[in-house]
Amino acid sequence: MAVHQRQTVPQAADRLMPSGAAHHEQVVARQRRGRIWAIVFQAAMLAGIVALCALLLNILNQSFGYVAIVNTIDPAELAVDGVPLNELPKENLVEILEANISAGLMRRYEHDIPFAERSRENVHDLILERVVEPQVQATWGLFDSIFARDSVFAEADERFPGSDVYFRSWLTTSFISKSQSSEPLRAGVRTAIFGSLWVVAITILFSFPIGVGAAIYLEEYAHKERLLNRLIQTNINNLAGVPSIIYGMLGLAIFVRILELFTSGAFLGIGDQSTANGRTIISAGLTLGLLILPLIIINGQEAIRAVPNSLRQAGFGLGATHWQVIWHHVLPSAMPGVLTGTILAVSRAIGETAPLVVVGASTFIALDPSGPFSKFTVLPIQIYQWTSRPQDEFRNLAAAAILVLLILLLSLNASAVLLRNRFDRSRAIA
Amino acid sequence: MTVTLERPSQTRTETVGSPPNGPVGNAIEAEKMSVFYGDFCAVRDVDMKVPSNKITAIIGPSGCGKSTVLRCFNRMNDLIASVRIEGEVLFQGQNIYAGDVDPVEVRRRIGMVFQKPNPFPKTIYENVAWGTRINGFRGDMDEMVERALRSAALWEEVKDKLQQSALGLSGGQQQRLCIARAIAVEPEIILMDEPASALDPIATLRIEDLMKELSVKYTIIVVTHNMQQAARISDYTAFFSVDDNRTGNLIEFDDTEKIFTNPSRKSTEDYITGRFG
Ligand SMILES: Nc1ncnc2c1ncn2[C@@H]1O[C@H](COP(=O)(O)OP(=O)(O)O)[C@@H](O)[C@H]1O
Ligand SMILES: [Mg+2]
Repeated sequence: MAVHQRQTVPQAADRLMPSGAAHHEQVVARQRRGRIWAIVFQAAMLAGIVALCALLLNILNQSFGYVAIVNTIDPAELAVDGVPLNELPKENLVEILEANISAGLMRRYEHDIPFAERSRENVHDLILERVVEPQVQATWGLFDSIFARDSVFAEADERFPGSDVYFRSWLTTSFISKSQSSEPLRAGVRTAIFGSLWVVAITILFSFPIGVGAAIYLEEYAHKERLLNRLIQTNINNLAGVPSIIYGMLGLAIFVRILELFTSGAFLGIGDQSTANGRTIISAGLTLGLLILPLIIINGQEAIRAVPNSLRQAGFGLGATHWQVIWHHVLPSAMPGVLTGTILAVSRAIGETAPLVVVGASTFIALDPSGPFSKFTVLPIQIYQWTSRPQDEFRNLAAAAILVLLILLLSLNASAVLLRNRFDRSRAIA
Repeated sequence: MTVTLERPSQTRTETVGSPPNGPVGNAIEAEKMSVFYGDFCAVRDVDMKVPSNKITAIIGPSGCGKSTVLRCFNRMNDLIASVRIEGEVLFQGQNIYAGDVDPVEVRRRIGMVFQKPNPFPKTIYENVAWGTRINGFRGDMDEMVERALRSAALWEEVKDKLQQSALGLSGGQQQRLCIARAIAVEPEIILMDEPASALDPIATLRIEDLMKELSVKYTIIVVTHNMQQAARISDYTAFFSVDDNRTGNLIEFDDTEKIFTNPSRKSTEDYITGRFG
């Protein structure tokens, strides 16, 4: 290049491309610096990926693996006339159940669903649960189960003679469809999933309209120079950084205590009398709503601010009112940004634990929430409780529940992203 | 038109604010109008009677308050928080800054086209239809859209893609769409702030032709920094300049031909001939 120029424009000697050994060295040094920075950035990204993988592998490790199980009664003993348990007809199974459990429990089962209406599989399951009563003796992680299979079996033989050792996935359909239980093999997260969905629904219903409304006011109507508005703005910015447990205290003081009449449902007369206090789904939802409100406001403001002023002028120039300009032009343009912020904020709300501990999520609850005035638990609380149990099995349950939480989070996010993309696309043409 | 039919005076001793050979009536009149941004006086004591159904060009060095004056004519300045306006702007004999006047109504009667084409990110059809719809139009919308697009000399180019996004049009087409959008609501006056300055020469010529056609029906006030453009298209030209405080003043307002061939003020002549310092 330099040579070429020298030949074609010899007279412009001082404007030649630089060349020579010294210059070459400079170029090499510059390129080396560039490469080093690129490597630093790559390393940072790799570290992030490694951390994420470690997290995920750890969860997977605990969600699947061998378990050693000892049955209280060997199913072989329950065979009738040499026919094994799993081939017996329903009548025999009911007899076996009746012979081995208390009359009271039998009556309760009859009361829930009469035995005449129960299927054979259902009775079989009841026998496994109540008569065979498998007890988990020990669990192993996924990696041990794959890479050190022999030593797992050796250890099980040595420490738990007579135990059944088999590979178990803790994340099963029955784990999702069953409610809380003190028996790890029978415990599920249905109650917590419903609780999380209810709480998040109320959080969104509360914080989205208020947050977007506040953002519209602050960006479109408020005089930015006025002291009061500057004060409000600063406070909102700071509120976004307040630790979540403080929102929990606030929720406890306001929603659970002061507004108990409303949050317990007593004012409608529909409150659950056994929990006639404000520790309900609606209190939790409103608390989390307060928590993410600043995030939604700030994000909404940014999205509204990003709408070009020329769009507003175009609207005003045609004789539109302020509200028409906002409703027809500013909001539709800002909506994808507003939704992105809301997705992030709601994701945070789904994962929040501390404020809900303070607000008073139930520690043990087997009943699905029936509405905003029910007691509740949510997935993170459930996970937290399981991890704090001493038995290993509960940690496996916690890992499986974490997977459920992650899946729930990802699917909520995915649906929100789809919604936002549809918004984007429909704006492009309509 | 129901504007006051005050005939501009024929005598040369009249204020600089009214063109001496004025036509039948004035579309809009500024009387002792001063505009302040906070404490800063952007333009002072503008007296300007803009004749109906003509093209009036506003020229002057940048920062002399051309856009400011233009925005005062349809109360677009209201959108700026710090702005304060003194004096009167008479439209159909009524001061549009009087307390009981609705700025929204003023802007419907006095439309505006901006420097940078700013179509809505919607379909071409919707761009034209929206303004009339929010103003309560209850007629054949398709016909109205076609009429507006034809008036803006855009119909032939877009008639097959009315439902496509307006953002897919070229800059010149977008600007003509903005003009179509403005005339769809049937204003009496169209204000244009350097409408062709972001366009290439061919698109500029099309806009200029369009303005000429529109001036039959509408009063057009156009700000331009391009003096050839002002000379080509306008019937009257107002020349603004700044004093030592950077405050803009209306120096001379007269027939375009006179401004460009025989200006009565020295500073106008200096500016026209490029000797502006
Ligand atoms: N929104 C505003 N706030 C404060 N000052 C402004 C604003 N708009 C314009 N000005 C000032 O008013 C003067 C006139 O501006 P403008 O009308 O845009 O001039 P022109 O269009 O002739 O270039 C300039 O000094 C400019 O700095
Ligand atoms: Mg300007």
